[in-house]
Amino acid sequence: MLELRGVARHFGGVRAVDGLDLEVNEREIVGLIGPNGSGKSTAVNVVTGLFPLTSGEIVFKGRNLEGLPTHKRLQLGIARTFQNIRLFGQLTVWQNLWVAQNSPQDRAQRGFFARWLGGQRGVRDEIAQLLEFSGLAARQDELAANLSFGEQRRLELARALATRPRLLLLDEPAAGMNSEEIAQLRDRIVKLRSRGMTILLVEHVMELVMGVTDRIAVLNFGQKIAEGTPAQIQNDPVVKKAYLGGA
Amino acid sequence: MEFYFGLAQIVGVHTLLGLSAYIVLLTGQVSMAQAAFFAIGAYAAGMLTVLAGWHIVPALGASALLGAVTAGAVGFPALRVKGLMLVVATLGFGEAVRLFFFNFDYQVAKGGIKLGPLGAEGFRQIRFFPENGWTSADVMLFIWVFVILIMALLWWFDRSRYGSVLRAVGEDELAAQSVGVNLTAVKVSAMTVGGAIAGIGGGIFAHYTTHIEHNNFNVLVATFAIAYPIVGGLNSVFGTLAAVIFVQAFLIEGLRDLGDWRNLLFGTLIILAMNLRPQGLFGRGRA
Repeated sequence: MLELRGVARHFGGVRAVDGLDLEVNEREIVGLIGPNGSGKSTAVNVVTGLFPLTSGEIVFKGRNLEGLPTHKRLQLGIARTFQNIRLFGQLTVWQNLWVAQNSPQDRAQRGFFARWLGGQRGVRDEIAQLLEFSGLAARQDELAANLSFGEQRRLELARALATRPRLLLLDEPAAGMNSEEIAQLRDRIVKLRSRGMTILLVEHVMELVMGVTDRIAVLNFGQKIAEGTPAQIQNDPVVKKAYLGGA
Repeated sequence: MEFYFGLAQIVGVHTLLGLSAYIVLLTGQVSMAQAAFFAIGAYAAGMLTVLAGWHIVPALGASALLGAVTAGAVGFPALRVKGLMLVVATLGFGEAVRLFFFNFDYQVAKGGIKLGPLGAEGFRQIRFFPENGWTSADVMLFIWVFVILIMALLWWFDRSRYGSVLRAVGEDELAAQSVGVNLTAVKVSAMTVGGAIAGIGGGIFAHYTTHIEHNNFNVLVATFAIAYPIVGGLNSVFGTLAAVIFVQAFLIEGLRDLGDWRNLLFGTLIILAMNLRPQGLFGRGRA
């Protein structure tokens, strides 16, 4: 579904991502792990088009993404969450999800005026479902800035889902969470998988990555040093040395 | 009574000026070009009623259209830059427009006198209202019909999805892009709507003062345009109206008896208002 071929992104002399090959298949959950500064977030940013590539190519559903702006990539079905939460703090929880309804299906189902000026039934039902899924139903009229940290993380995931993505890029969704919140997040990711979502999970928290992914790629200094199932990665000597630690 | 009609006219026109900046400010852009769109609307409507003999309503329609087209054209290149750079770019455009009207001569002889804009002398005798026998009360009502219509429209816009999208762009462009918002389309459309409102405001301004000149559209006016929504708060259109009343009716007219002390107090009260309510008089949440 998503294919990175020799993708490189350099910032001056810094090779944040340097010749990365990675494939994510439909309905697969792929983990992307590695030490701080190994290029994980940069990889997400080039896939969503926030930075142009230095070299290489990214293909999504057979289409080369070169030159497509971020909002166009979203319409192809690529949504993301941010490592440092980026909500619309002065909008309510409900409005945060409303703003995100930009999928081609939304455009097709509702006419221009209904989409921009109305808040119709279909819109409300969809948002209600997302709020239910995220456990935010009771908070729908609260300003996003007033939510607790855990709630903000949940709203960010819900906002990405409101765009009806085919591929979801989660950039350290468990950062700063306690183990109970991580368990809830794992349940949500499992539920999404059962609905057929494809996910690229960038994460530091091993209990999450090892528990939900089908396959893991390990980055170090912008390059892939290993790839395999969670069990393979846990026992890979190179990965242990570079990242996981231990003998 | 005439005094209060006049004051209501000023408040109405300045509200339109403030609202034209309000919608642009929602997207996080500070435009110093609103006075320029105001000027274009003023000269266009004036020339249409005086030289072409149009009725004022279609003339204001033409002002809105010209303001919108110019704002859209300025918006495309200008919105590629952000923050202070955008302030400087729009300031430059505003001054260019003012200097254009400073040098703009287009006079036509009508009934033995020459009418039309004459450079630094300005554009005199925009007499549609007196010629048609409108009293100040009529003019005031006419202005407020537009103000109320535009406020209602913007209020409704604001509560639609469009309003949330504008605010989302104002808060975090990167996040807005990442949920599929087309930044260019949103910013240029906000600029265009703002240009149309400023154009209408300018057209009305030209007719109630009957005499306009380049200096009516200087940097101070552009500053007022963005100051109203900022002082009033970006929570709703009523903040802008409240700020115009606060500034025009209270600070400028209400304190007139204080003589020279007024200017001193004017600044102090603005600073006080912004310190006590940094989110604006009617704003909610954080600044």
